[in-house]
Amino acid sequence: MALWLIRRLVQAGFVMLAMSLIVFIGLHMIGNPIDILISPEADQAERARAIAALGFDKPLWQQYAYFLQGALHGDLGRSFVFNEPALRLILQRMPATLELAVTAVLMSVLVGLPLGLFAGLYPHSFAGRTVMAGSILGFSLPGFWVGLMLIMVFAVGLGWLPSSGRGTTAELFGVQWSFLTKDGLRHLIMPALNLSLFNISLVLRLARAGVRETMPLDYIRFARAKGLSPQRVVFVHVLRNILIPVVTVVGLELGSTIAFSVVTESVFAWPGMGKLIIDSINVLDRPVIVAYLMIIVALFVTINLVVDLLYTALDPRVRLGGRA
Amino acid sequence: MLAATAFAWPAAAQTLSVGVSAPVTSVDPHYHTLTPNEQLDSHIYERLVETDPKARPVPGLAESWKLIDDHTWEFKLRDTKFHDGSPFTAEDVAYTIARVPTVVNSPGSFSVYTKSIVAAEIVDAHTIRLRTAGVYPLLPIDLSQVFIISHKLGPNPATEEFNTGKNAIGTGPYRFVSYQSGDRVELERNEAYWGRKPAWQHINWRMIPNDGARTAALLSGDVGLIDQVPTADLARLRTDAKVKLWETVSLRLIFLTLDQSRDGPTPYVTGPHGEVLAKNPLKDRRVREALSIAINRPAIVDRVMENAAIASGQFLPPGSYSYVPDLNPPKYDPVRAKALLTEAGYPDGLTITLHSSNDRYLNDAKIVQTVGQMWSRIGIKASVEATPWTTFVGHANKQDYSIYELGWGISTGEASNPLRSLVSTFDAAKGRGAVNRGRYSNPKLDGMIDQALTIADDSQREQALIAAQRVVFDDVALIPLHIQKNNWASRSGVIYVPRADEETHAFDLRPAN
Repeated sequence: MALWLIRRLVQAGFVMLAMSLIVFIGLHMIGNPIDILISPEADQAERARAIAALGFDKPLWQQYAYFLQGALHGDLGRSFVFNEPALRLILQRMPATLELAVTAVLMSVLVGLPLGLFAGLYPHSFAGRTVMAGSILGFSLPGFWVGLMLIMVFAVGLGWLPSSGRGTTAELFGVQWSFLTKDGLRHLIMPALNLSLFNISLVLRLARAGVRETMPLDYIRFARAKGLSPQRVVFVHVLRNILIPVVTVVGLELGSTIAFSVVTESVFAWPGMGKLIIDSINVLDRPVIVAYLMIIVALFVTINLVVDLLYTALDPRVRLGGRA
Repeated sequence: MLAATAFAWPAAAQTLSVGVSAPVTSVDPHYHTLTPNEQLDSHIYERLVETDPKARPVPGLAESWKLIDDHTWEFKLRDTKFHDGSPFTAEDVAYTIARVPTVVNSPGSFSVYTKSIVAAEIVDAHTIRLRTAGVYPLLPIDLSQVFIISHKLGPNPATEEFNTGKNAIGTGPYRFVSYQSGDRVELERNEAYWGRKPAWQHINWRMIPNDGARTAALLSGDVGLIDQVPTADLARLRTDAKVKLWETVSLRLIFLTLDQSRDGPTPYVTGPHGEVLAKNPLKDRRVREALSIAINRPAIVDRVMENAAIASGQFLPPGSYSYVPDLNPPKYDPVRAKALLTEAGYPDGLTITLHSSNDRYLNDAKIVQTVGQMWSRIGIKASVEATPWTTFVGHANKQDYSIYELGWGISTGEASNPLRSLVSTFDAAKGRGAVNRGRYSNPKLDGMIDQALTIADDSQREQALIAAQRVVFDDVALIPLHIQKNNWASRSGVIYVPRADEETHAFDLRPAN
């Protein structure tokens, strides 16, 4: 178990190293941040000063060496644009994204799982078919379009919900959260729904397929024959068995929801990390881009670890370690 | 009036939410020369010289200024107070000028506006003299970019401490309350402000870069004012009774740069069948003029820009200082253009690849596509390559392109700025022609520009600047296309003053009566 953990962590370290190198070389090939950041009014001397101030007068390998040196001391560099440590900048934005992504994933489980169970248990009913048809929309409609439609209907048309932003926030553990205030919750509903539509459909379909597959199996028949109540059969015997694929997918989707919430964040002006990374890419703010990607890698590694641990809890046959 | 206000902002009439398109990256007014920062800064801090909506200089923290000899400007300062209650004095001006070049890691320093000052002499608490190395009539204009901060901040105030609010102390109409990166800035009215009192007590400055989201926020009443209204929404908003559009002609010229750095072949202009030419046709004035008059500017303004621009044949819009009165946009004349090309030795036309960004200026890629089509009428085989600004600008700075679209915002509102930056001979030692990417060079013009900048008298200098501009456009140093309009949209029932310099000012928004 310990060996397994160490191996995973070393792997993660190599992924981060490779990733940072790719970003350095990639951004270097795209262009020079100075060209984008510097005042158009600047003369040649001011340009030279800015290039030296941000370290671009050094060869790329030297810039990378400086970065590695700092990274080993936990310093991922300062943003060219904000003049603040890149890591702090991202961590400031992180709660907004986490809050949005976790709400969206919760919604996808709370809505998707019951609907999927229902559609699996009554596959030929009208309601079951409607749910399945609806899930196709959830898959296929582009997120930004749905987001704009939600805004047009609920904010502009009906005026029920605010169109964008986080609203009033309240502090918990030194961090500002929207879900703690009524106004913040009102701001949270639409972006979270927008972000979760795809995942709701995904969970729903997985759950339905799982139920359809499990129901005819012998142990379910046996449980029924034993005289267990239908509730117990569905919620204990069926549910537990269909949860494994659902947990895998929800875990991975949590990661990608956090990493790729950018569309929803920009449509709803939600001040999360996704917006930060897009702005940073537009101005080639290298320290922020590198730090962001490193955090995302760390996040995926952690989520995969947790998912693996959850498997062992859900399915006693799964063992961690090298033997399997 | 109350009814109108209540209708526009049902939640809290004393709070105005403003939706701006570009995020504020720092509250430090000397960190980065960036309009999105400067427009927020102008709520909190003030400059010695302010500019009116037409970009003409007006008194700010300085009540008056005059040249006392060829090298010395004297500024008489206003008697006012900083937000912390300390008085504003000449010491703060000297402190600010000394601080500007020392800001750490600045990617775009304000020292370009203070570098002409060689010494600052405090005469008394409300008088300061600034000395320049030579005659420098533009000093007041340059200082209209520099925000004054209090000397009480001490040596080397940190940029981060401005964002937390500790250092964000100015004399402006609003005090800083809080800044949340990428989300919003909150401001509160400075009740002790010397000038006109702003109408709203609280300002919620929200950053909404997504065009659709910004428009939706206005339509739903979440914000009372937005900037950079997308051209696609203009027609719809014009007919909506709940909102009102505010437009003005800006100081941003969109133009084509022509590669004149090479005498030999230029990479993206070739013969009619793609053969490499012996010499660079863009060095021939007749070719440059042919390309210019083959463009139907009114059609671009009308069809591509949805009238959010005016056609132009020079740097500045009408009404500006040093505008050339009778220099109209070149008349569309494909017949004469074709004749000029023939005369220059290209009767069968040319093959040209036009370059532009696709995310920087309003409709930038569409504009060059249209230009390409217009040129095909005079026998030019034109193709277009549009790339994101991040990759485009690097190539443009290295003279990799032949003909490419750029924009230039004339921050000073007068012609010496584009003359010095865009068409002076590129010269690192003299700091001239820094963004003359086409490397146009005309010694006679350089002399005229240098000469104009030594004239202290405003009206004489204006005449000299006009004469220099005539040379530029007569020689077709670059091809001007149009000057953009700036637009804002507000809820109805208010009056807003749109500004030529693209800055959004919440204190310029007032209830209608």
